[in-house]
Amino acid sequence: MKQTARIISTYSADVMGVCSALFELGGMTVMHDASGCNSTYTTHDEPRWYDMDSMVYISGISEMEAIMGDDEKLISDIADAAEVLKPAFIAIAGTPIPTMTGFDFEAVAAVIEQRTGTPSFGFPTTGMNTYIHGASMALAGMAERFVDEPDGGHGRAEGDRLRVNILGLTPLDFSTNGQDASIEQWLESEGFEVVSKWAMGSSLEELRRAAEADINLVVSAAGYGAARVLYERFGTPYAVGFPAGNELPGLLADQMKLKLREFEEAGGAGAPEAAGLEEISVDSGVFLDGSAGKGGSTYEEGFVAVIGEGITSLSLASTIELECDIPAKVLCATECPDGILRSCDRMTPDEDDIIPELEGAAYVIADPLYKPIVPESAEFIALPHEAFSGRIYRDEIPDLVSDINELLIKIK
Amino acid sequence: MLKKVNEKQNIKLSAAEIPHVRIADANFPAPFRSGLEYSSPARGTWNIVHTGMLIPEAHEIFVCAAGCLRGVVLTAAEMDAMDRFSTVAIRENNLLDGDMEDLVIEGVTDILNKLPKRPPAVLVYTSCVHHFTGVDLDMIYATLRSRFPDIDFTDCYMNPIMRKSGLTPDQLMRSRLYMLLHEREKKPEAVAIIGNDLPTDEDSDLMKLLKGAGLKVHEITSCRTYDEYQQMAESSVYISYNPDAAPGGDMLAERLGGKHYALKFSFDYDEIDETFAGLAEVLGLEPRSEEEIAALRADCERELAETKALIGDTPVSIDYTFCPRPLGLAKLLLDHGINVIRVYADGIPGGDRAAFDSLQKEHPDLMIYPTVHPGMRFARTANVDAQGEDKVLAIGQKAAAFEETRRFVNVVEGGGMTGYEAVTRTCRLIREAFREEKEMRELVQIKGLGCEVCLR
Repeated sequence: MKQTARIISTYSADVMGVCSALFELGGMTVMHDASGCNSTYTTHDEPRWYDMDSMVYISGISEMEAIMGDDEKLISDIADAAEVLKPAFIAIAGTPIPTMTGFDFEAVAAVIEQRTGTPSFGFPTTGMNTYIHGASMALAGMAERFVDEPDGGHGRAEGDRLRVNILGLTPLDFSTNGQDASIEQWLESEGFEVVSKWAMGSSLEELRRAAEADINLVVSAAGYGAARVLYERFGTPYAVGFPAGNELPGLLADQMKLKLREFEEAGGAGAPEAAGLEEISVDSGVFLDGSAGKGGSTYEEGFVAVIGEGITSLSLASTIELECDIPAKVLCATECPDGILRSCDRMTPDEDDIIPELEGAAYVIADPLYKPIVPESAEFIALPHEAFSGRIYRDEIPDLVSDINELLIKIK
Repeated sequence: MLKKVNEKQNIKLSAAEIPHVRIADANFPAPFRSGLEYSSPARGTWNIVHTGMLIPEAHEIFVCAAGCLRGVVLTAAEMDAMDRFSTVAIRENNLLDGDMEDLVIEGVTDILNKLPKRPPAVLVYTSCVHHFTGVDLDMIYATLRSRFPDIDFTDCYMNPIMRKSGLTPDQLMRSRLYMLLHEREKKPEAVAIIGNDLPTDEDSDLMKLLKGAGLKVHEITSCRTYDEYQQMAESSVYISYNPDAAPGGDMLAERLGGKHYALKFSFDYDEIDETFAGLAEVLGLEPRSEEEIAALRADCERELAETKALIGDTPVSIDYTFCPRPLGLAKLLLDHGINVIRVYADGIPGGDRAAFDSLQKEHPDLMIYPTVHPGMRFARTANVDAQGEDKVLAIGQKAAAFEETRRFVNVVEGGGMTGYEAVTRTCRLIREAFREEKEMRELVQIKGLGCEVCLR
């Protein structure tokens, strides 16, 4: 039956995605919930909780407040806290109970903003989607509200380095093991200048300058919503990809430069000739024509299955195809925008969706908590993912940007 | 020390600005107004997953939204107990379609049909949304029992929205632990200690009393099989000493017969004597003699004096996760010259009323601090700024985290202590904490301190 998990874990939820995305930006994020979300997020989903003084709270809604529709309690509690703590912004994220009671996130945020004078957001998460949904919503909200018009427009002189924002960085996908810094270093080594990182390692002030960038790099689906907003607002095109591998990162950087030029030469945002050029993706598609890989492997037999978040998994699958000569398909267990995954990839939100897709796999790359459902005929390669197993394997999460060979050698 | 997320904002509360109240000015039982809530990184107290796992061989199935499942799934994973744990995820369409009953029944059925081995008992946890949608739980359980007559089902709840009305989720969970017991013949020589997560100390006053009288003592923490668990039902007397277990004890006695005795967890000598005399009467035993009481009290006084002599005027703080009577402990220590400066408690437990009243008069400057108030996010920084790291000796994990100290007593939920032994053992633990620093940061973040007792 769909929606059951006999033995595997569950992904971090949308409400936690909001908290994770906004954690370092100096705001106050309130999960509108009775109790559990607070300890779940801070224990399992937030490696920065012990060391950084971010203001993430729960509302502690009670049965009577929910039944009576007592939104004033929440509003005054937030206003009281904001008066003392002076956050840069206030964000409310929803859970199942406010969803059921029809809580009006937008209206309550407007009242709070009016009362406190602090920019406020209502993110209608439900606790029933994955973190990607919430993080994407939150980063898109930041892009809508806080990014300033660039001083003097994009104005790039010949020879200037291309400027880029990294979108979709949260510890839920990249942990706190330095992968965020590795992505930045790789971009700089490829001749880019990083304007801001959404949202690890950048302040709200740096995010405000995001419109100065020539291009955005969406490293996980959590950054896709912000990429679309920045495109709509400022005409900034975006590339989709995670620079993991020995060959793929170079291809990705080349495509970013080439396609950006094509996009600009076509007239940029709004020009009919540039329509559809704003999204730049790099995936191998080596075997999509039906050809076989090493040992006659195909997407049906002898393939590599990569289970996880869509964009990071797709990049990893592409790298495997490029470097290991084996078809690799993505089993995407989290939300992923249309048009990102290839025809061989699958959306697999439930245990029952995943199990049949693993038949015929020679290798399965996934979080260790997936191992019990992996067939014995496949070799399991553990790739811990904070959004799935939380802190349990945190110390074992590799920095795939700086060194992917330790993983690839298990396939080669 | 906490790292600032944004230097420009420079949010910082001084020690004086961290929310607190002099006990003399505090209201009972709620010294602080409820509002937004902060979550301390200290995680040693047990949750409903840990407690449910105390039933040997039982399988837990949670039916909730993904956001609610996340914490319980990873609790089970961290316990290495995923083979005893499954989930059914509620989606938005289930709220709209009104098919909640079907989702629970078919989801649980699906999971049970996939398990490699049929468990003897299944704990089905429903959640806040079931409560709000008026789900017919009776029908659900009747259907499951008819489909799986070889399995004992019980209803469990993850509905934190009910924590301010009726029985708390913690009280409910402790009552559910014994709902699976089948009626059987009572044995006068058998007693059961119920409702505690951690094993009762063999050296505790309670164990000494029961075993000294030759009674057969059942305790869920020592049951290794489901059959052993069922033997608890032969008990003539059920004894609880965790206050949250008392409602479950009453339900158990009403359902299976026998008596329930709620032993008071206390640091007050007279109250200890009174509650143990009451227990002796229920068990048909002689109460302690005056000589025995005098000797026990002398032991306590000796331990307290030794503790004071060692730690001198070291400031001490206590939090409510250490034991059910944090103010009772504060009073005992203060009365013996130990420099208790702070108690971390969001509310005052009913059993601590007498200690509260006494402290208001005798030690009015004792400060009460909340643990969930939003300002507590900045308490660690403020405390370190004011006093430096490792200056305070903390009793309890939350106090240790707020004080940023490695000198702390790492015990939750009373740690299996009862009676005078709670006094003497606490003193020994304080001295140990004073002498030996611990890796506080790592230790307090482990969920369910001592929960490996469930894994067998």
